[in-house]
Amino acid sequence: MAETHSLQDMRQQTAITAKVFIQRDYSSGTMCQFQTKFPSELENRIDKQQFEETVRALNNMYAEAEKLGSQSYIEGCLACLTAYTVFLCMETHYEKVLKKIAKYIQEQNDKIYAPRGLLLTDPIERGLRVVEITIFEDRSLTR
Amino acid sequence: MKNCEYQQIDPQALPTPTPTPPPHHGKDTEKKKEPRRPRRKWEVFPGKNRFYCDGRIIVARQSGVLPLTLGLILVTSGLFFIFDCPFLVKHLTSCIPVIGGVLFVFVLITLLQTSFTDPGILPRATPDEAADIEKQIARLRSLCFGSDNTGNTSYRPPPRTKEVLINQQVVKLKYCFTCKMFRPPRTSHCSLCDNCVERFDHHCPWVGNCVGKRNYRFFYTFIVSLSFLTAFIFGCVTTHLALRAQGGKGLVFALQESPGSAVELVICFFSVWSILGLSGFHTYLVASNLTTNEDIKGSWSGKSGEDVTNPYSQKNIFINCCSVLCAPMPPSLIDRRGFLPTDESAQTGSADIELPTLAAKSEINVCTQGTKGLLESAALSPLLSTSCPQGKPQNAHSCPETSPALNSDPTSEFSKGCRGNHMSSSHGDTSHPRHTKARSKKCKREALHIPNPAFDVPVSPTSPDAAPDSKARSHKGGSLTPLH
Repeated sequence: MAETHSLQDMRQQTAITAKVFIQRDYSSGTMCQFQTKFPSELENRIDKQQFEETVRALNNMYAEAEKLGSQSYIEGCLACLTAYTVFLCMETHYEKVLKKIAKYIQEQNDKIYAPRGLLLTDPIERGLRVVEITIFEDRSLTR
Repeated sequence: MKNCEYQQIDPQALPTPTPTPPPHHGKDTEKKKEPRRPRRKWEVFPGKNRFYCDGRIIVARQSGVLPLTLGLILVTSGLFFIFDCPFLVKHLTSCIPVIGGVLFVFVLITLLQTSFTDPGILPRATPDEAADIEKQIARLRSLCFGSDNTGNTSYRPPPRTKEVLINQQVVKLKYCFTCKMFRPPRTSHCSLCDNCVERFDHHCPWVGNCVGKRNYRFFYTFIVSLSFLTAFIFGCVTTHLALRAQGGKGLVFALQESPGSAVELVICFFSVWSILGLSGFHTYLVASNLTTNEDIKGSWSGKSGEDVTNPYSQKNIFINCCSVLCAPMPPSLIDRRGFLPTDESAQTGSADIELPTLAAKSEINVCTQGTKGLLESAALSPLLSTSCPQGKPQNAHSCPETSPALNSDPTSEFSKGCRGNHMSSSHGDTSHPRHTKARSKKCKREALHIPNPAFDVPVSPTSPDAAPDSKARSHKGGSLTPLH
């Protein structure tokens, strides 16, 4: 396998060697929360504290998106009265928070993860199932 | 790994499709260097759905009896406005067509929204995720069983359940072989649509779509407003005929003067009971934060004497209603209108090596996904074909929903049976075989045919055979979704 792919590999300085998946945490129900357990593959890459902070921040933002507050009740009632046609015109609260999350992940990638050869993928691109962390490795060093 | 000779392997020939199988992949590899128009994700969507308006509208592949539903609503309302409203406006009040009009518009809009909205489909796991899950499971197995008797763990099907603790309640998460992931709680795989749907309620043939997390509120509003509309029309028609028959003229005379009213009377009379019953049932479900699926399976009713409670209920009717109907609208996870990445590497990347875009990329992806993956898929495919049967009804979580308006005795008996089943849901499982024997031998036979014990599909009452309409029957037969 290594022989047949060596030509393509040599072209690249860096290639992905692994992907780590942070699974969902269902202990508080179907709310979107991710496990804060630190994966062993990232041990020599990033600080555990830093990682947990990122995941907790994401969890807080998702909790905010799904929060049942007076604002969501009003939105829901208004939507019901208009036969939910407002959803066609208006951006929902959830979508607004998702944009915030995308920005946050971008920021985290730029500041913290990319310098360490890691890349966070926005969970929305994986159907809110996992937080995918791609680990890049400089092949020229390993070969 | 002899496959890595860069011979083109047709992805279409694989027993289980890769998460994003490009349908024209064979042709595309030759044209890779030519500029092609960027494709949207809905074009390569693996489930059995149809898309319109460039991905804005999604429906199930089988539209079920949606045209019939629309037809009935339009015909009845049309006849009402033509035959009854003029008379009633003259003799009573002009509010009547206004109220009727508002209800009619409400019903139509919510029906279309229920049918055309993504119910909460979960996109399938990417190959990397699937491989990661398999690795974890293999690791767990080798820990449990030791290294001697596991043999080659790579080709063994993953264990099918994982337990999580939700609000002090043990919930089993099942592995979906089609979507290659452990299903989140309350998620179920609809075999008609071939998708895992979040907070799966049922697949409704009347709206031609699954009812799940994202469109449940539309569905609920639809059935409630439809019950108001039906009851309103029924009331108005009765008043109209009563007024016409006054002065000793008789009902027959009244019907002769206004033949449309007779049609409306018949349609409304038969639909009002089932739809009111359905609305009542769903109001109960909303108030206790249950899904039809859970209610029918008796998941939280303590059937085996265990002390189980619904872990998702907030123990307060008002809060439950709000969380089901007024929660923030979740986004669609399948991103139908997003563009496929141009190199398609993000979606179809191999488990361990990511390679630049090449003409032979598809072959590499297939072969790095592994002979292991292919063999596993091949091993799983007979399982899949029995476990995800198309149109094999095993569950009637759509049973109240499929009680058609026009059916009389079998359905009303059946609806009562369903609701009876629901009422005595503490004896959920025991009532199921009884109903099944009475209802559908076909369903029972096919349920028994499913050999896989992990797919503990309860055999539930079904209504497909009750439908007189053959088209409806075939659709209803197909609509009942085996849950696994």
